[in-house]
Amino acid sequence: MLRCTLALFLMAAPALAEEVTTFALDNGLEVVVIEDHRAPVVTQMVWYRTGAADEAPGKSGIAHFLEHLMFKGTDTLAPGEFSATVEAQGGDDNAFTSWDYTAYFQRVAADRLDLMMQLESDRMRNLNILEDDIITERAVLIEERKQRTDSSPAALLQEQMRAAQFLNHPYRIPIIGWLHEMEALDREDALDHYKRFYAPNNAILVVAGDVTPDAVRAMAETHYGPLAPSDAITDRLRPAEPPQIAERRITLTDPRVSEPYVLRTYLAPERDPGDQEQAAALTLLAELLGGSGQTSLFAQGLQFGADPVAVYASAYYSGTAVDDGTFGLVVVPMPGVDLATAEAAMDDIIADFIETGPDADDLARIKTQIRASEIYARDNVDGLARRYGEALAVGLSVQDVQDWPAVLEAVTAEQIVEAARQVLNRDRAVTGWLMPEAEAAE
Amino acid sequence: MKILKLATLLIAFALPAQAEIDIQTVTSPGGITAWLVTEPDIPFTALEIRFRGGTSLDAPGKRGAVNLMAALIEEGTGDLDSVGFARARDSLAASYSFSADQDSVSVSARFLSENRDQAIDLLRRALTEPSFDPAAIDRVRGQVLAGLRQDAKDPGTLASQRLRAMAYGDHPYATTGDGTIESVSDLTREDMVAAHQASIARDRIYVAAAGDITAEDLGPLLDTLLGGLPASGAPLPPRAPMALTGGITVQEFPGPQATVLFAHEGIKRDDPDFFAASILNEILGGGRFSARLMTEVRDRRGLTYGIGSYLIGYDQAELLMGQFSSANATVGQAIEVIRDEWRKIATEGVSEAELEQTKTYLTGNYPLRFDGNGPIASMLVGMQMIGLDPDYPLTRNAKVEAVTMADVKRVAATLFREADLRFVVVGQPEGVTATD
Repeated sequence: MLRCTLALFLMAAPALAEEVTTFALDNGLEVVVIEDHRAPVVTQMVWYRTGAADEAPGKSGIAHFLEHLMFKGTDTLAPGEFSATVEAQGGDDNAFTSWDYTAYFQRVAADRLDLMMQLESDRMRNLNILEDDIITERAVLIEERKQRTDSSPAALLQEQMRAAQFLNHPYRIPIIGWLHEMEALDREDALDHYKRFYAPNNAILVVAGDVTPDAVRAMAETHYGPLAPSDAITDRLRPAEPPQIAERRITLTDPRVSEPYVLRTYLAPERDPGDQEQAAALTLLAELLGGSGQTSLFAQGLQFGADPVAVYASAYYSGTAVDDGTFGLVVVPMPGVDLATAEAAMDDIIADFIETGPDADDLARIKTQIRASEIYARDNVDGLARRYGEALAVGLSVQDVQDWPAVLEAVTAEQIVEAARQVLNRDRAVTGWLMPEAEAAE
Repeated sequence: MKILKLATLLIAFALPAQAEIDIQTVTSPGGITAWLVTEPDIPFTALEIRFRGGTSLDAPGKRGAVNLMAALIEEGTGDLDSVGFARARDSLAASYSFSADQDSVSVSARFLSENRDQAIDLLRRALTEPSFDPAAIDRVRGQVLAGLRQDAKDPGTLASQRLRAMAYGDHPYATTGDGTIESVSDLTREDMVAAHQASIARDRIYVAAAGDITAEDLGPLLDTLLGGLPASGAPLPPRAPMALTGGITVQEFPGPQATVLFAHEGIKRDDPDFFAASILNEILGGGRFSARLMTEVRDRRGLTYGIGSYLIGYDQAELLMGQFSSANATVGQAIEVIRDEWRKIATEGVSEAELEQTKTYLTGNYPLRFDGNGPIASMLVGMQMIGLDPDYPLTRNAKVEAVTMADVKRVAATLFREADLRFVVVGQPEGVTATD
């Protein structure tokens, strides 16, 4: 019955689902328009090709700090007036920062897009930061770090593992910043980062929703068109990682831990423009190993059976990045099973997989779901806006985004095994153990 | 200030927006009613089902039974074991999720048009004849227990549990529906069968669908999917008491910050003053950056990363509740700021500008929520649960607009009662004294 089902559904990848138009302004601003006319709503996103991995040495957290300060006012706008103006239109706005990008967005009724472009283009070049804003906003950021990182042993372990994984590449830096450096960030640091990176030729405008490309182009020309490009924008050449030649291990103990677990990250290649095959193989590898709580190899090998080792296990990989990132595994052992046993069981499954390769039905089923996910994705135009914005912000092209489903579809079992063989090498990994203090003392 | 003028101009021209949405009411031949928005653009359907009662229907001594039962619905039916069921579902590229909270068991499904009948048949088998295989029970129980152990070290959960226990006496709301380590450890297969019979029945069902399906197709589908369920389940719980009193509770927990919940009684969803209360809460503690608490606690003083307050309407109780985290050294100051804001809004009300801006935000923001089959189905089923009519999306903004300054002033004086606020502080707060 199963094979019959597989043969019936979604054998052809759906035609390119979303209506996407792209163009560039003379000042270098790239524009992506994604049409969805089901509801009179639009999302505007501006993505800057800069993030925590582009910060000046010793200024960790400044990309994210600047993101907060972007709401504080411009030459013509008082602090807080940006969000107040969006809210006065019934809209929502926010922003986020990653290692490779910083993005700002508003969601409003479609007929308010012009005003949103006026606001967003204004703060691209005319930010005005007051000293008072620096002091209170820095305090907010330190509270954010305490809430999200310092209150969470899991977040602290990930921060330590990342710093261990990357000896030289700035992916080692936490986006929120190291506390001692955050405390010293000042107005000049923020303005330096702003002037260095915020310009139309370092940005992508994504407009998604009930709009036409012609109308977006006209509005974008009006509001973003007059902004001068920056001649300070250069290729994103960051310090490269030296070859990792030995396994790295970290044990973090904290009384706030309830469930001990093993976390493993391997250095892994990212999607490259025009060359996404290995990243696609790794994406499918993560699905096969840990993508399902019932059918994945980790679920079957660690959670099922008469004598299960784990309560939970998973694998994760996201290849959308400027430089090499990581492929991650996690296993939460059953009570009474120690971390060494859980880790060994996990490594056995990986070794078996490299030996035998994926089950053909498993792979076919995952590909069916990937094809269907392109249909479901169309229901969420904000998600599509993020997909394009993120990809373009890390240097991929619209064509790369649109090719991605077909690249995933074409991945063979042999390519997945080869990717596993190359990437899942403990000499290129960091293994973290998270434990409550009581166990560490034993 | 040129930009601000332009913004004002646009408001003046903007009519109160309505959600442009056409809700049909579909009654199946077998008598099951659903709300439907047909949207054929994308070849799939989102389906949302709720069974009223949820974890509040746990039998005495069986706390956590409904929660564990809901997690087991996807773990096999008939000749399909856990893996067989997952493979069948994934081969159809359908997704189903099952969960329980204190007021309902929820089923969320989405499925492609091209294999809708198979997807519905598989969902029917899971929902009406779950296997409750002992091995699956033990495996999923292990995950629930791990979650409970984590909860015991999560300051937000600890605060919530303290607040529930203080507020709701011996009502089911007083404890978490996830159960305790002891109660969940003791649950048996028979308990799962009983929880299924108690909580999943046709006399408490609410259904909404959105997407590529017509009323003609939805009617028979409802009978196919749900007609085989029992006609009735366990009696619904009574109204919950409200035993919360003003004061400060402190629970020691290590870490750099204290996590705080603060609450007193709220307002019923069908109270004529509900919309005035909603506007007031949005002004005081809405998630927007310009809300008073965000402005005073975050922007002016840098005491927190985020703070908000919410009008919470459970089936059998209402709360006005807020939350934030702040460094142990500053949490006391933040609590005083909140108390000040509570007194201020109760005695002084709000300004004309705040009232108008908030109405504009609420009415302008409402249509933005109806942006996709998934969100629409979810909102439609929620509206049914709280007793709204299918024309509510068309009339809701007029109700917001109709609130006057006099309404707001009157409601503020009774809704915000600073002396009744209970603060539950989980952390190592400095200079904060427990009152109990």
